[in-house]
Amino acid sequence: MIRSDVQLMLDVKAGDQQSFELLLQRYRTPLVNFLYRMVRSRERAEDLAQEVFLRVYRAREDYEPSAKFTTWLFRIATNLALNSVRDHRYEKLEISMDAPIVADAEDGEERMMEVADEHPDIEQHLVDEVRKKMIRHAIEKLPEKQRAAVLLHKYQELDYAEISKILQCSESALKSLLFRAYETLRVELAPLVAQSVKH
Amino acid sequence: MSCERMEGRILAYVDGRLKESERAEMDKHLAGCAACHLRVNEFRAVTGLLDELPVIEPSGAFNARVHALVAAEPQKRSGWLAWFMLSPRVAFAASMLLLLAVWLGSIQRPGPQIDAQDLPVVENADYDVISSFAPLSDLSQAPDTDSNDSDTAQPQPQQM
Repeated sequence: MIRSDVQLMLDVKAGDQQSFELLLQRYRTPLVNFLYRMVRSRERAEDLAQEVFLRVYRAREDYEPSAKFTTWLFRIATNLALNSVRDHRYEKLEISMDAPIVADAEDGEERMMEVADEHPDIEQHLVDEVRKKMIRHAIEKLPEKQRAAVLLHKYQELDYAEISKILQCSESALKSLLFRAYETLRVELAPLVAQSVKH
Repeated sequence: MSCERMEGRILAYVDGRLKESERAEMDKHLAGCAACHLRVNEFRAVTGLLDELPVIEPSGAFNARVHALVAAEPQKRSGWLAWFMLSPRVAFAASMLLLLAVWLGSIQRPGPQIDAQDLPVVENADYDVISSFAPLSDLSQAPDTDSNDSDTAQPQPQQM
């Protein structure tokens, strides 16, 4: 029988290390992806995700299942991500102004030139990579809170009530935030959107 | 339903999170409004594009690093010490109170400063108020000042 997140956390509270291991397995990939899309650095995303798990572990003795576990978990992650984005804002600007213009090959997510030989249809591969790059940049350009809302809504599939608790705003404010974010994405990705709508 | 009102529900409609009655109302509006119909399709396209981003896997050392962080955490303490250690504010407040108590205890309150010359001089330490109390009947006679204190006696006028 699969134990719920809350049950696992209560078991961790009771001293069961194995339950912590299960929570780690269950949430390490969603957390790292969420944080990676928030901070745009794989290394920093992993550091932050580790910090999230550490904070969960530290708080085990005071844990009370008053809210959904994911709300609590992503609230910790969102706060850490927003702080990290703010802390590295100027550093990022400095890098982007000084960095030479090269193909997007950061963090190992995609290295177009390196994989060229592995793909028989290199042209299609390059087109796909350009699409992904456009999508990533459109997300990256969103204001931090809108970005967090979209990521929690789209990739974690959390409901409005849960996301509004994570972002500490009302549900109606969240709906407005999400609408503005998707509107911005619609405009930013207009060429790709137009292609999709045609098909 | 107006186009403006539709905007507030478009995302929930695309997500399939609207109530049945709200969804029916949206369908009715979309059937007669090409602009809103296009917008719904564009929102669907945006969510589809977001699905194209690949999911990344944490590095191989991820779990090991979390385990190392957790292992480095101080062990659980028991009893009042744990409570004390886990509450740095309480510990600080208790330390301050202790320091304050020690400081207050060390202060000796000085009494009023009295010079020795200001103290009353007790000339006859053996004098007992009760036993030496003279009866009222004795008060009719004037005390013999000459015999008691010649220094304080008024000078007698010289008889011519």
